[in-house]
Amino acid sequence: MTVTEAPANRLGYRQFGVGGFTFSRDEYFVTVEWPTGNHQMPVDHWLRCVQRDVAWGFFYGIVNFDSVIGTMNHYGTVDMFAGRFNEAYRRAEVDYNETFDHDELLGCFKAMLSDWTNEGYDPFAAPLETGSAFGPSSGSNDDAVTRRRVVADRMVGVPGDEPLRSDESGFPVNRAFADVDQDEPVIEAEPGYEGEVCSFNLFAYLSRSDVTWNPSVVSACKESLYCPTTEEFTLPVIHGNDRVEWFVQLSDEIQWDVEDRDTGAKRARVIMKAGDVAAMPADIRHTGYSPKRSMLLVWENGSPRIPEMIAKGEAPVHPVDF
Amino acid sequence: MTQYTTVFGSLTDFAKGGVQLVDDDPKYYAFSNIFEVASAAAPYEKVAVGKNLEYVLEAIRAEGTSAWRAAPHDEFALVMDGTVRFELLDPAAELVDPSSGGSITLEGEPEGSPMGTVTAQRGHMTMLPAGKAYRMHSDGVGVVLLQTIEGPDTVFRWADICQTF
Ligand SMILES: [Fe+2]
Repeated sequence: MTVTEAPANRLGYRQFGVGGFTFSRDEYFVTVEWPTGNHQMPVDHWLRCVQRDVAWGFFYGIVNFDSVIGTMNHYGTVDMFAGRFNEAYRRAEVDYNETFDHDELLGCFKAMLSDWTNEGYDPFAAPLETGSAFGPSSGSNDDAVTRRRVVADRMVGVPGDEPLRSDESGFPVNRAFADVDQDEPVIEAEPGYEGEVCSFNLFAYLSRSDVTWNPSVVSACKESLYCPTTEEFTLPVIHGNDRVEWFVQLSDEIQWDVEDRDTGAKRARVIMKAGDVAAMPADIRHTGYSPKRSMLLVWENGSPRIPEMIAKGEAPVHPVDF
Repeated sequence: MTQYTTVFGSLTDFAKGGVQLVDDDPKYYAFSNIFEVASAAAPYEKVAVGKNLEYVLEAIRAEGTSAWRAAPHDEFALVMDGTVRFELLDPAAELVDPSSGGSITLEGEPEGSPMGTVTAQRGHMTMLPAGKAYRMHSDGVGVVLLQTIEGPDTVFRWADICQTF
């Protein structure tokens, strides 16, 4: 790993470097430098973005931190870029891209998250539920930034699979979901079939989620993955799709801003209310706003065939033709 | 502390959002609403509201008792409205081609051993295990969102259910 072993700055923060990129932080901002330019971002926003990128293993396609900086997953290698999906940077030819081994960039981001996250600040939490990311270095919050991502094999609650959440396991009902029914389904299994007659209260499970904008797998029909998540405030990243993904709004409301994936030109706003279903085409990027904590079902196709289909231009851009 | 009200939808009370265009075609978003689709569906019709290659999400109006069905892979049924009882059966003989996808309708009641039942309400998610038989029942009208693979009974009516302008 090419993390710079420079001593901490006067505020107590280390500087990090990977390839041609260097990253430093002060009380309010992160500064990113690369051979053809530099860029700043408020550090709370930066940590929220890096946290998702790390937790998702760079996710599907492009994770833009803003209109300049981001990563693009090639499922084994990953690009870090500046200005690559920004028309002005492209035209001026000051955009920059570098390809890394997955683990190399991930290692740099993980070390940065650990060093730059102060005690009391949780990048996964909604702003109303956590402390400040700003100021000089003070303590750490490694328990929060190294949370394990839930990935069910068949379904949450199936014996041997991901467990349900409870007060006892450290997942109290979130303040914004205090009115969500906590009753579990009535299961009457014949002897010997307890492991296969399985059901759980997904809405109660989600009401106990302690993170925002962090899809995790609760059920898998082969490669069809239900990745519900609870959303509050903004999705910090602008997700650039490389494949069609689908959203089912389970509760409350989210507003999505949709832009052209390559240029950032505005294409649409998508307003989703409880029961609404919508697809995001494979040639867009989107960010979302959830005024009240809401439950969103992100439906992904995790098929290993898709990267090859994308490379050959065979992956569908639009969800359905009609 | 602020009091929050969580808004879920139902057949009798839902509000639909939509795509607001700047420079785009709404068809690219295949925007629909599960409760609206179920309102206009026949009992146990399997109307696709999402599709990604062979995988589909089906909105199902649960009313009365369904036929018995079986699929060669796990399916997952999320109750979005009402109360739905799932009855599971371990068949005496293989019912579905293991290499196929999606569920098929079974004629009559398959032979086998009862596995049990699940009575599920809004927000409850039930596994319909691979190779087993199941049927659903609702005394009133319920809505189920099914995570499955496109099968012979999947109904596609995108032009009727999606926002087109
Ligand atoms: Fe996305």
